[in-house]
Amino acid sequence: MREATVKMSVLLGTIFNPARRLPGGQAFDGDMLGYFLQRLAQALVVMLVISALVFAGVYGIGNPIDVLLSPDATQAIREATIKAYGLDQPLWVQYRDFLLRLAAGDFGRSFVFNMPVLELILSRLPATLELTLLAVFGATFAGVPLGMYAGYRPDGIAARAIMAFSVLGFSVPTFWIGLVLILTFAVTLGWLPAGGRGETADLFGVPFSFLTLDGWSYLALPALNLSLFKFAMMVRLARAGTRETMLGDAVKFARAAGESEWTILHRHVLRLIAIPIVTVFGLEFGSTLAFAVVTETIFSWPGVGKLIIDSISSLDRPVMVAYLMLVAFLFILINFLVDIAYAALDPRLRAARAR
Amino acid sequence: MTALLEVRDLATHFATRTGVVRAVDGVTLSLAPGEIIGLVGESGSGKSVTGFSILGLVDPPGRIVRGSVRFEGRELVGLPHGELRSLRGRRIAMVFQDPSATLNPVLTILDQMRLALEAHERIGKAAARARAAEILTRVGIPDAGRRLDSYPHQLSGGMRQRVAIAIALLNRPALVVCDEPTTALDVSIQAQILAEMKSLARESGTALIWISHDLSTVSALASRILVMYAGRVVEEGTVGDVLSAPRHPYTRGLLDSLPSLATPGQDLRQIPGAMPSLSDPPPGCAFAPRCAHAVDACTAMPDLVGAGGRGVRCHRPLGDAP
Ligand SMILES: Nc1ncnc2c1ncn2[C@@H]1O[C@H](COP(=O)(O)OP(=O)(O)OP(=O)(O)O)[C@@H](O)[C@H]1O
Ligand SMILES: [Mg+2]
Repeated sequence: MREATVKMSVLLGTIFNPARRLPGGQAFDGDMLGYFLQRLAQALVVMLVISALVFAGVYGIGNPIDVLLSPDATQAIREATIKAYGLDQPLWVQYRDFLLRLAAGDFGRSFVFNMPVLELILSRLPATLELTLLAVFGATFAGVPLGMYAGYRPDGIAARAIMAFSVLGFSVPTFWIGLVLILTFAVTLGWLPAGGRGETADLFGVPFSFLTLDGWSYLALPALNLSLFKFAMMVRLARAGTRETMLGDAVKFARAAGESEWTILHRHVLRLIAIPIVTVFGLEFGSTLAFAVVTETIFSWPGVGKLIIDSISSLDRPVMVAYLMLVAFLFILINFLVDIAYAALDPRLRAARAR
Repeated sequence: MTALLEVRDLATHFATRTGVVRAVDGVTLSLAPGEIIGLVGESGSGKSVTGFSILGLVDPPGRIVRGSVRFEGRELVGLPHGELRSLRGRRIAMVFQDPSATLNPVLTILDQMRLALEAHERIGKAAARARAAEILTRVGIPDAGRRLDSYPHQLSGGMRQRVAIAIALLNRPALVVCDEPTTALDVSIQAQILAEMKSLARESGTALIWISHDLSTVSALASRILVMYAGRVVEEGTVGDVLSAPRHPYTRGLLDSLPSLATPGQDLRQIPGAMPSLSDPPPGCAFAPRCAHAVDACTAMPDLVGAGGRGVRCHRPLGDAP
């Protein structure tokens, strides 16, 4: 894993500094540059399509004017407000104006919070980011070794226990586990707080909970709640991959060369099963970042998941549109990074890509 | 001369859902230092399992159920895993049939060779690289220094198999089990590798067990041949004896099906029928149902009889006066 991260950083280095070389001695040449440009163009088209879909979809779910005004507003104020927000224009004009403002970097203002949407979302993002990172990394670093062990000794008692636990993680709904966690650790035992973010400290001017001990006590339960499903998935993936590769000739040949089981597991098997793990890691990271809604609601975690739920119930159109577009962007970015990671992990893909 | 390897009555069975597969069932063979023997037989006769059993590399549900493997005076059956591991790659190595599956596709050649070196000694990066380059050159890989940084998919099948052979020879083992290493390659490459293996083995005094289903390949390389059928050795002898005067009807059948020995223009003769199921073999000689010479006595298992390394497991061996 360490080697993979090193390669990853080398690769990221090559994106920003084309003079560097890709691992494997392959030059960062015109083909690679062409590949990046092609991906960028694809991303722009996808974003455009998404923006149209999101705009039309959000337009269809109700009239925000009732949210914007108090019920006792006069007809004159009502009409002035409609005009001010351009709500009297046909859909395509509104969309065009939206795109024009977007091109200037303006996502609009939240109806409810009366502040720029981008600022609003970015102010909530760090909370979700730290929660998600903790959950996804925790699930991966615990799930992959345990899954590999379960695949290595599939008939042992420990392997069966690990698998039974992973079935639990798969089949029990998140909200239920969240409630049980609160009931157990917050209410009954009183060890950990039931909700909120706790004390934060600033890093680059952004508040994070993970920088204080108190913050960790608030992070623990929601992160655990979020990670259980991912943990179960990582266990299954690692187990299936390990079982398969352990039976293959590559492992047998390594054994015939006298390599130890530990070397075989962490130098051969881990590298061979890394691709599906990285894929799931990326997808889980993206979807959790975007939709940690249930957990954030249960634990009153002030992240973007909670923001989007609130904005839907209050019909805060600009927040919804900007948020969904941000999510789409995030997925495109993650897919791209996962693709790059593939190339770092599997030299065969690297060759195919450069061709 | 003391033997390098002595396998006695080795039996490896697989406990499967449909019954016990007796893949190897009483193999006895011995090998002097530096000697090359050929192990031949058709597909499924137990050649690979014999090779894996010698290295203790049988995967579950397989298990060595009886017999002994003595190597350099040590009993390998039942040896603790750590000691066995330290012998593998250092004193006994193995090369597999399919070069595209044996190398790890996501590691460079150098990384894989370093892992094989580091399994047995502490060795610095530069020293490992030098050793790896040297051995690659010896197995006939041109421009070895540059090849070290390649990944397996960047090499041809023949080159990959040479790399696998190089990894097997890396720690100068006394014995290499070669499990059909040239079967997946085309004929000209096959001949090259065969010739190189022969001279490499002679130079370094390495003994080889060369597994093949092809008698002609083996005869180009080995001094002695063991013919396997259904998990047992049915005939053994020097290459000359076995090829010119086969005594087991099965060996005769194998020879008759060789293109190189057939009269031009004449159809190759094949052995009729197929090998019996190893989980439910017929009583007696396993070849009897396919044998033109079978008699009633063949329903009892014949012993491997003979002396001086020449033996046959048959009630009515060929060449005997009737
Ligand atoms: N894992 C296993 N489970 C069950 N049976 C097995 C297993 N491995 C091998 N066998 C059986 O052992 C027998 C001998 O197999 P082996 O691979 O030694 O044959 P072989 O002589 O090497 O044939 P080939 O020329 O095809 O490589 C076969 O009948 C096979 O079905
Ligand atoms: Mg075989």
